[in-house]
Amino acid sequence: MSKLARIKSIKPGDVLPEREFEPDNVQLFLYNSALWNAHRIHFDHPYATEVEGYPGLVIAGPLLGDWLTQSVIEWLGDDGKLASIEYSNRQASYIGETLRSGGKVLSSEQDTGTVELEMYIKNEADEVITPGVAVVRFAVT
Amino acid sequence: MSKLLTSDLLANIGRSAPPREELVTRRDIRKYSVATDQRLEKFLAGDEAPPMFHVALFWDVVELNELTPDGVSVDSLLPKFPLERAMAGGLRIDYHKAIYPGDVLVSTRVLTDIYEKQGSQGPLIFYEVTMEVENPSGEPVLTQKTTRILR
Repeated sequence: MSKLARIKSIKPGDVLPEREFEPDNVQLFLYNSALWNAHRIHFDHPYATEVEGYPGLVIAGPLLGDWLTQSVIEWLGDDGKLASIEYSNRQASYIGETLRSGGKVLSSEQDTGTVELEMYIKNEADEVITPGVAVVRFAVT
Repeated sequence: MSKLLTSDLLANIGRSAPPREELVTRRDIRKYSVATDQRLEKFLAGDEAPPMFHVALFWDVVELNELTPDGVSVDSLLPKFPLERAMAGGLRIDYHKAIYPGDVLVSTRVLTDIYEKQGSQGPLIFYEVTMEVENPSGEPVLTQKTTRILR
């Protein structure tokens, strides 16, 4: 499908593919190492549970934000660019949980190629723990 | 009427941190891409940085004695607030240019807002930090606004 044909086919309510994430200690360690983030709640289980009172090791908030962006750009493919994303980490999640990213089209402007997407990370209880909104621009010229 | 935010505290709005310059390497992109479970080959090969790579690139690298016992580096841009327990935060990023290995990027952070709201269980303090990332020619690469809530 051409880029122009694709933007014409996009309608509000269209659903983005979901993706499951099962982050483990190794991935969380590598992520925080890549950042140089030494916050104990991400790697020190006794500290996270006994001192901070969390039920487990806390998955880093910006990692969930990254998964939102992945969901957007994998759906977008080479047909356009991510223009903006905003999200908030509303509820913590912990190692051992399976999380899901996904979203849907909120609006689509065919003349400018601008599409607004409502995005989410959900936990196993189907609660949205990280809601977001992304704007993408399809190449229409 | 603000109860917690004194005029001295509010005077910190507009305060900025010194600009930081960082070199983007293919190795750092690859490490970030593996750690975040990217699936696109251009990211895994380090040919282009994923959209949130700048979070790692500009995370503060501080010395061990500058970390608190819980492993956190204190952000010197922020004043001491009368509330200290951080709640959920929000982020907004506007993208202007993609990031590639070999890029030299400069980030500038400004404390752009401090305000108070009444929550259901007491007062809340909100603050906003805006980070502008530019290339050496001064062209905008991205703008990131972070909002944090303290209770």
